[in-house]
Amino acid sequence: MCTTCGCGQGEGRIEGDEHPHAHADGMIHSHAHMHEHGIGQRRMVQIERNLLEKNDAFAKLNREQFAEKGIFVLNLVSSPGSGKTTLLTATIERLKDRLAIAVIEGDQQTTHDADRIRATGVPAIQINTGKGCHLDAHMVGHAAERLNLPQDSVLMIENVGNLVCPSAFDLGEAHKVVILSVTEGEDKPLKYPDMFAAADLLVLNKVDLLPYLKFEVDQCLDFAHRVNPRLKIIRTSAVTGEGMAAWTDWIESGARAAKNSRSEAPSKPPCHA
Amino acid sequence: MSLMEGMLHIMDENAKAQGFGRVRTVILEIGKLAGVEVEALRFAFEAVTEGSIAEGATLEIEEPQGLGWCVECERESSIETRYDPCPLCGKVPLAITGGTEMRVKALDVE
Repeated sequence: MCTTCGCGQGEGRIEGDEHPHAHADGMIHSHAHMHEHGIGQRRMVQIERNLLEKNDAFAKLNREQFAEKGIFVLNLVSSPGSGKTTLLTATIERLKDRLAIAVIEGDQQTTHDADRIRATGVPAIQINTGKGCHLDAHMVGHAAERLNLPQDSVLMIENVGNLVCPSAFDLGEAHKVVILSVTEGEDKPLKYPDMFAAADLLVLNKVDLLPYLKFEVDQCLDFAHRVNPRLKIIRTSAVTGEGMAAWTDWIESGARAAKNSRSEAPSKPPCHA
Repeated sequence: MSLMEGMLHIMDENAKAQGFGRVRTVILEIGKLAGVEVEALRFAFEAVTEGSIAEGATLEIEEPQGLGWCVECERESSIETRYDPCPLCGKVPLAITGGTEMRVKALDVE
């Protein structure tokens, strides 16, 4: 086993220890050159560090700050066009008299979504990721700071429409909620398994359109459970209101739990953001 | 792109701590179940390393096999996707035990 670059390292259970190996450009080579360091200072340094460690450190910090203030945080993820923002505004309308809600909107460009949220009367802040295709914990920490979130509130983070990258980036949320609309394919959970594996709740949205579509609900849910057997499912339509009570109940019970664990936690000096 | 920025950060920290000024080869470990497109990573690597201590460096990517543990059979099997059933009993899904790595493994430096 190659101890220099570490492939197939240690465990001895990785099949096809591929030295030499082929690169996508068709070039085949071995790592032999790695073992023949020339004169001078050239050397191999073992690193073994996670590419996401910086994000994960910020996410941990966010999570601690949210817990301290009893804030229930959801990271809403989906493909573009799943109806996230419409669902969000309908959710806010139902909850804003009972809960303090704030929203962080992530999009590559424009403040359209934050404008739509602000029209409901709750504070919202837009993050434009520019070239980035997802929010990260560092951006969210700063946006949350600027929102000056009250104790025991709910923070909804609408991530950039993308079922790939946001799955890997912890923002410090309590739950990832994946929103899938019935106008998409039933097999999305199999096509994008990482996201469905990372989520705790699947909101199957736009169910009012089911009579006009060939979407097989049971098959879709079966696919989702194949990837993640503990995934909870709520079917919603922001237009007819179907399932909205189940969804808002779920949010309220999460918010209560966040509040209770704050008040049960050992008391700390108040946090003045 | 963010992953490659994370890599640069790790490289810079190590350059200071271990006293090297130039990176010749970067060895990453990106598991087959990590959900990362390796070709996109290669593209981003060139972009982010421009003007850095790793400019012009070779990128080696190791891709560990996906591994899943079956609680029924108490056995680990190699898998291609997160939802592959246990090859012995057909149970879905397996607990993922390998193939999700996204790490800087080692650097060839001077």
